[in-house]
Amino acid sequence: MQANPTTIDPQEVAKFEAMAAEWWDPNGKFKPLHMLNPCRLDYITRQIAEEFDRDLRSELPFAGLRILDIGCGGGLLAEPMARLGADVVGADAAAGNIPVARVHAEQSGLKVDYRHTTAEDMAAAGEQFDAVLNMEVVEHVADPLAYLTACQTLLKPGGLMVCSTINRNPKSYMMAIIGAEHVMRWLPKGTHEWSKFITPDELFDLIRQGGLTPVDRQGFVFNPLTWSWRLSDRDLSVNYVTASTKPT
Amino acid sequence: MKDWDVTIVGGGLTGPLMAIALAEAGFSVGVIDLVAEKLRKNAGFDGRSYAVALTSCRLLEALGLWDALDATAQPMLDIKVSDGHAGQGGAPFFMHFDHTELEEGPMGHMIEDRHLRHALIDRVAEHPRIETVEKHAVVGQNPTPGGITIELDDGTTRHATLAIAADGRGSSMAQRAGIKRTTWGYDQTALVCAIEHSLPHNGVAHQFFMPSGPLAILPLSGNRSSIVWSETKDLAAHIHGMPDAEYLDVLRPRFGSFLGDISLAGKRWTYPLGLSLAHNMVAERLALVGDAAHGVHPIAGQGLNAGMRDIAALAQVLAEAKERGEDIGASTVLGRYEEWRRFDNTALAMATDAFNRLFSNDNPILRIGRDIGMGVINSLPGMRRGFMREAAGLTGEMPKLMQ
Repeated sequence: MQANPTTIDPQEVAKFEAMAAEWWDPNGKFKPLHMLNPCRLDYITRQIAEEFDRDLRSELPFAGLRILDIGCGGGLLAEPMARLGADVVGADAAAGNIPVARVHAEQSGLKVDYRHTTAEDMAAAGEQFDAVLNMEVVEHVADPLAYLTACQTLLKPGGLMVCSTINRNPKSYMMAIIGAEHVMRWLPKGTHEWSKFITPDELFDLIRQGGLTPVDRQGFVFNPLTWSWRLSDRDLSVNYVTASTKPT
Repeated sequence: MKDWDVTIVGGGLTGPLMAIALAEAGFSVGVIDLVAEKLRKNAGFDGRSYAVALTSCRLLEALGLWDALDATAQPMLDIKVSDGHAGQGGAPFFMHFDHTELEEGPMGHMIEDRHLRHALIDRVAEHPRIETVEKHAVVGQNPTPGGITIELDDGTTRHATLAIAADGRGSSMAQRAGIKRTTWGYDQTALVCAIEHSLPHNGVAHQFFMPSGPLAILPLSGNRSSIVWSETKDLAAHIHGMPDAEYLDVLRPRFGSFLGDISLAGKRWTYPLGLSLAHNMVAERLALVGDAAHGVHPIAGQGLNAGMRDIAALAQVLAEAKERGEDIGASTVLGRYEEWRRFDNTALAMATDAFNRLFSNDNPILRIGRDIGMGVINSLPGMRRGFMREAAGLTGEMPKLMQ
């Protein structure tokens, strides 16, 4: 059952607005995501623009593209895609996120189709997309190969998947678990399980087994001096992102 | 329900320039000003002009405004700085900045206020993405989760994703947003006028440091120069009250006879000198540019240039955000602009203040110190080039529109 915005209980709306404000507060609970977001968006928008031959400087450059954001949360990626003109579906396995994301999109004057569902269920239902955004999800799923295969099924031929995750090595343990969870407390303790982290080569193998062709990979590198993230061709030692296409 | 992407409050020089920069980047823009366009677009020469730094000229060029200004802009080929006393020549040591030491060409251009205003208003009027709302005052503003509502004096409202305050050093937009400012005045007033002179200026700008304050002679097209001259508040009021002939009698001995006979070529103006720095350059769904963020001492003609850097930086930050699909009014986006410009603007205010305090002083030890200092700077080409690059606006992280 999908609730649409007009069927939300009015008493619940205030609560959802407060939660939306929390999701979208750059200095709040989701600060690490907000810090990483411009860098993620740079990668995603450039990959989509290149794959579908769009000019990012034009008005609504992603018009006519159907994009799925898996693990959409409060809509930090789904809203920018909608703002660029795409027809966006935001899916999250956590039911609580859906009305929160809906309330915020409405406040922003954007149309996003948020659904409480999973990649596997959508694939089974025969949904098809030009691009699938699969950001910081694969390290949390029980069966990465089954999940990536579902992502492949969701793509139209010639479609693009952008997938980011965290590398598995001593440095990523220090940075992503000790640093982010214990020292900086950017993330709640136990957010990540180091053994579930995936190396870039392992991820490329899984993507290939799932039926997609990896075409690019880059690192997200944190600079503690400027307190910001940047893309790197060489440093994939902690956070990294990949692009893969579905053969036509 | 949304009227524009961006509402700009203030139709002086900074507001229209900001509007053109954003419209060129694909944003729809509304410019609100109290004064009607035809009144602002006054064709006569009123004696006001600006020393527009090289990088600011590049911004004007990048925005397609230079063609309208080129014919009347006077290149500054040379800047001479010296310490002086009224009625005496320059001190034995002086600084001499020659543009041939700078690979980028002239250090800047002198542009008359009327020509700049004219070019901006014409461009705003013809731009399909800019709408102007004139003869209306903004009486309120109200940020909402997705944008900001601007209330006008006729009770109507306009809604945009972001508002930009270009409403000057007394910015009521900033005040309503709760942004505090630090202001401090000097006991000095700048007297401003344009003169005609019988001898050519050869594109040379002069800055004399007098005990009462600096005197700048800046070349305009033809045999004309713009004079910016500071005196103590009471003396300035007295001089300003004089008839033209007496005014010229006071002015003449202050820079000697190297330009020959002089006469007035426009109105006379006075500006009280002071600094006005906003503590923040952004608030919820609001960004400040130009004097609304930082009204500086006009000592080195850096006020308009600093505003133009704000414009280039903010236009770039917003254009990049737009390409990413970000909300251009989000605090994360506005924070990037503030981060970029804050240090630069504070440093400029501090430097002009310190410069003025050091030079507006008749203490003989300080005078000897500065004469030697200027002699040293003049004898070291590297240091001189550093000063020149600063004056030309070539230091700091440069927005793309100024490269």
